[in-house]
Amino acid sequence: MSNSFTRKFSPSKVGLAIAAPLAAAIFSILISSLAVIASKKSPLEAFKTMWEYGTEAGSLMEIVNTATPYYIAAIAIAVTFRAGLFNIGVEGQLRLGALFSCYIGAMFVLPPVLHVAVVFIIAMTFGGLWAAIAAYLKVKRGVNEVISTIMLNALAGGLSAYLLSKHFAVFEEGSNNLETKELPASAQVPDLMPLLRKLGVEDQPGGGVYGMFFVAVALGLIFWFVVNRTRFGFELRASGLNPIAARVSGVNSKKMTFLALVISGAIAGLSGLPTVLGETHTYNLGFRAGIGFSAIAVALLGRNSAGGMAVSALLFGFLEVSSRALELIDIAPETYVIMQGSILLSAVIAYEVVRRFKLTLQSKELAKVVQA
Amino acid sequence: MKAMKILRYAVMLVFVLASIRLITGASDLTSTGTASAALLLSVPIVLAALGGLFSERSGVVNIGLEGMMIMGAWAGGLIGSQHGPWAGLLAAIIFGSIGALVHAIATVTFGVDHVVSGVAINIIAAGLVRYLSTLLYQGGSWPGPSQSPGIESIPVNGLPVLSGGQYFGWKSPDLLGSLASQNWFFISDLASILRGLTGDVSYVTMVAIAFVPLAYFILWRTAFGLRLRSAGEAPVAAESLGVNVYAMKYAGVLISGGFAGLGGGFLAIVAASNYQENQVAGRGYIGLAALLFGNYRPGGLLAGASLFGFADALQLRDSAAIHALLLFIFVILLFVAFRKFKSGKMISGGLSLGFAAFTLWFYFAVDELPGQLVTMTPYIATILVMALASQRLRMPAADGIPYRRGGLR
Repeated sequence: MSNSFTRKFSPSKVGLAIAAPLAAAIFSILISSLAVIASKKSPLEAFKTMWEYGTEAGSLMEIVNTATPYYIAAIAIAVTFRAGLFNIGVEGQLRLGALFSCYIGAMFVLPPVLHVAVVFIIAMTFGGLWAAIAAYLKVKRGVNEVISTIMLNALAGGLSAYLLSKHFAVFEEGSNNLETKELPASAQVPDLMPLLRKLGVEDQPGGGVYGMFFVAVALGLIFWFVVNRTRFGFELRASGLNPIAARVSGVNSKKMTFLALVISGAIAGLSGLPTVLGETHTYNLGFRAGIGFSAIAVALLGRNSAGGMAVSALLFGFLEVSSRALELIDIAPETYVIMQGSILLSAVIAYEVVRRFKLTLQSKELAKVVQA
Repeated sequence: MKAMKILRYAVMLVFVLASIRLITGASDLTSTGTASAALLLSVPIVLAALGGLFSERSGVVNIGLEGMMIMGAWAGGLIGSQHGPWAGLLAAIIFGSIGALVHAIATVTFGVDHVVSGVAINIIAAGLVRYLSTLLYQGGSWPGPSQSPGIESIPVNGLPVLSGGQYFGWKSPDLLGSLASQNWFFISDLASILRGLTGDVSYVTMVAIAFVPLAYFILWRTAFGLRLRSAGEAPVAAESLGVNVYAMKYAGVLISGGFAGLGGGFLAIVAASNYQENQVAGRGYIGLAALLFGNYRPGGLLAGASLFGFADALQLRDSAAIHALLLFIFVILLFVAFRKFKSGKMISGGLSLGFAAFTLWFYFAVDELPGQLVTMTPYIATILVMALASQRLRMPAADGIPYRRGGLR
């Protein structure tokens, strides 16, 4: 016990585990500083402004709200990553999930919790069905899922625009915003403000935390448990790590491929809901685009682990929200995309370098043991 | 022999299109305007696909084409609006290559997963140009945070005698043009398509199309090409024969970025007259799909890119023509079904027949396709083609596998 503990947390292991994120952080701070210097401002002042604004209570709530859909979508992507696949189609899947759950969900009224559950199921069904096209093409026709999901993203964009404008939208007097019928109160997910008030948090202007935050946390736990502690998760990872070995040992890798993509699509369907159920209560033209793409970055940065993705989703949320304060000191708020991009790229490279280094270390250790 | 076969298919294709034009009255199906728009829209896809060809043949999957095109388009807008279109194109090539250099460092030197690195580059490129555009706008040199100032256009020319054009002050006659306006079935259709493809063509387009046979020559007829392809097929064997696999992969990816950047620059400078945000709009991905469709060969990718260009041109020009195109798809599917039945593949033949029936029903069921659906045409075409063709595709054997000299992964 103590032996395995010391082995797991030996100084060199801990050092290696921290090395990659640390190197990535330093590199990205360097790049972002350059970007700030390019607009002839002091990087230190910029970071200080971001930190001060980003740690205000109202901003923190917004950060959590930004991170929640990112996290859910990142889990969707991680499911496919773990199976050796890549679902770039989250953007389309979440869009269709949100559109259909708003359209169908507004048709009836059910008891509060049940109604939300039904809306969840609708979103998961349509997200999963959309992903199933890519899954079918992959398993039956050998079409690369990266290409097909990219095409399906474009199709989802066109299809949702068509359905919204021609069939699903209700027109209100004096408004030219296209939107679906408002969801009844029973389908709305309440804000967490009452709960937070009990914990001593004061009301913030424009603040509040989506109730779907808990769904995201639960999904994270389920993801961790299923992938690491169940047979299904093992088969998923096995077919991702070594498809041939998996097949030889009795894993139906085609089935795993199909399931991974469909499950991923179903989770992706949910990731469009936090804003819709918590804030707008309708699907409209202003539905936020790009969640699915940012989530790819979140999943990559978080190494497809439940905890890592939570940290990186919050980091992305923090950068996005806090960078707004940069406008006050005349720096383009878009600086945050540079920060996100440089963090992503340097992290991806740093992880790979550390992995290599570990391998070399291991083979040296092994050589020592063999010689002794 | 092969050339004759392609020619025969091309003539058949035009014949079918001409017949459908006659039946439906959708004159844009074979009009000169559609053909020249199709050419214009195909070129960026051809360039992206050529980029993909060099990269994938060297064994590096390049999803990052999209990002490299974005960087090229942006640089084309920046430099093109200040120093003229040719400088803009050069800048586009250089910027595309810079994006590719990042991809090469990540994938070749550090061995990062190719798709991961490519997607990261796409995200970063889109963010980077948005940031830089905002800076330029705030600095007052750009009219908006999402568009560059206007760029001078590059002159156009046509084939002498056949399609008009100017040669050293001599105004050439336009035989195909006058034939096209005769309204003779098939002959006028053929003439107007050819007129569209050969007349009023930008010099950049000519160069871009010339790159296709050039790419074939470089990759399959030179020592450099053989080495580059060997890095993508069997890097270990290549290394053992003295090929510098890393260098070949770097070369492949950098050339790839140059092509993609040029494709982006083309969008800003030739297809439009300034840089606009979202101008690339997934063409890098479509280029990659065209490459897959073309089975990683220059001729094939040209065919794939033309297909997408044609669908794109039709949807831009005339949605009635897209409606008529449903009939065209019906005929194609019928043909496929016939071929499948003849070779004894009953199930896939039946499937094709079923799709054909569905298309015919759809044609009669709707009068006009709504705009949002029409924009989906190229993507649907991509998915259909991939579904039908992908099993006959053979990608380079070591494509997408990180390579380490000495074998330690």
